[in-house]
Amino acid sequence: MADEWKDMYRKPREYPPQDTGPLLFYNDLVIDHFTAPRNVGEVENPDGRAVVGDPSCGDQMMVSIKIDDGRIVDIKFKSYGCPGAIATSSMMTVLARGKTIEEALTLTDDDVVIALGGVPEKKKHCSLMGVTGLQAALKDYFSTRGLHPERDHEKSLSRS
Amino acid sequence: MKRVYLDHNATTPLDRRVFEVMKPYLVEHYGNASSPHHYGRRAKQALEESRLTVAQAIGARPEEIVFTGGGTESDNLALRGVACAKGQGHIITSSIEHHAVVRTCAALQGKGFAVTYLPVDDQGRIDPDDLKRSIRKDTILISIMLANNETGVIEPISKLSTIARNHGIPFHCDAVQAVGKIGVDVNNLGVDLLSLSAHKLYGPKGMGALFVKEGIRLAPVITGGHHERGLRAGTENIAGAVGFACALSIATGTMDTCHTTISSLRSKLESEVLQRIEHVTIHGSQAERLPHCSSLGFAFVEAESILLHLDLRGVAASSGSACTTGEAEPSHVLTAMGVPPEIAQGTIRISLGRDTRAEEIDFTLAVLEQAIGSLRSISSRWQASGRKVS
Repeated sequence: MADEWKDMYRKPREYPPQDTGPLLFYNDLVIDHFTAPRNVGEVENPDGRAVVGDPSCGDQMMVSIKIDDGRIVDIKFKSYGCPGAIATSSMMTVLARGKTIEEALTLTDDDVVIALGGVPEKKKHCSLMGVTGLQAALKDYFSTRGLHPERDHEKSLSRS
Repeated sequence: MKRVYLDHNATTPLDRRVFEVMKPYLVEHYGNASSPHHYGRRAKQALEESRLTVAQAIGARPEEIVFTGGGTESDNLALRGVACAKGQGHIITSSIEHHAVVRTCAALQGKGFAVTYLPVDDQGRIDPDDLKRSIRKDTILISIMLANNETGVIEPISKLSTIARNHGIPFHCDAVQAVGKIGVDVNNLGVDLLSLSAHKLYGPKGMGALFVKEGIRLAPVITGGHHERGLRAGTENIAGAVGFACALSIATGTMDTCHTTISSLRSKLESEVLQRIEHVTIHGSQAERLPHCSSLGFAFVEAESILLHLDLRGVAASSGSACTTGEAEPSHVLTAMGVPPEIAQGTIRISLGRDTRAEEIDFTLAVLEQAIGSLRSISSRWQASGRKVS
């Protein structure tokens, strides 16, 4: 608090302001994924599982995946966080489900935001958690099988 | 959709009676109170009558009331006014003040003033001994709020102001949340400066006042004409002053009955929340609090998500923190009280009004129970805590 005055003379804010009311500025699809999140829960006997967090704001996500024939056949999540974190987690599972490991590894936070039709500027960081969670679950899948994600995912395809 | 407004600490609706007395001063009696003609005199008369009403409501004399553009401006005038009049020195405030005080102190720090932020205990109370220990030879001002805007916790102002008086240091009190809800008398409180706001007590927005005890020297923040004894330049807001006075009269006149009704509704809310939902903390519940306000911390869920669930079902409440740009900003008030971040991040504020009815509380409880249940059922932290949602 003692150093707070140093932040007071910052540059002018963008116009139109993006931070005036987080509750007002989610679109209907984001609200829908928030109130009725898809793929909530935990996959039974998962092939990959991870818990990731956004240390900057305390958000947390747990992802579990089932892999069959090199494809994500099931994915579930649980999240703690703001509406942006919950909706982007949910949309990430929708995008990842049915994708090959190769395709899933190319998913980005922007893909999630675009699929949701946009999120408020200040909530864009939330979407990173979903993708990080997916990658961590895939990493877990690789490491339990002694594989390297970049080098060996071809092998993983042939193995399963 | 049925809507329930439970954010009266943010603002209150304008009382219709207040609106009626304001109208003529917007349309018919539009004179500038500085003009010597009929129109001006009419405005001046209304302004001074309003000043008298406001003064009497808090035990002050009319010449000790400066009308301002709101509570924030009053705080700025008090802090910057004393600081500029003195030129340098040390200011003591608390770690739970409203941003209007905290950030003004921070700005003064940037201009070379030293500031001490007093700690609070786990109930949000300031220890007068901490104030005693913090006083320095160059302390020029002490500023402590009467009641906190997030928790409603009431500070021991008369004890604190006695210490200030014994050291000959001016004492400012931000009473914005308290006025109209509990009795506020500048003599009993022993304060030299006191901030008030109209829109927190069913008056108009953009209207406030600062009590300035006779003999306290202030430099104006807004300079220009000779309005408000040279302390606040700018053509006076007559309709605002008339509305403020009317709202304050109604609030102080009905305070006792409102206090009883509202505090029983608040008890109902809190006891049922504790009964129906697990892992809830009521912040400041062991301290003396304003009767209408409740700060509820729900473990394993995040406040903005709770508020959005409530909002979608028609219930308006608020929180002291927000997750923006990847920076969690847990409320500085809860942090100062030692509330762990994971509880602070799940804390919402429910503030009742004098029109709040029991069935609105019932509705809110049902919506809240559902919201917490559904958020916990998808919460990884709830799962990690090893609990199952029934």
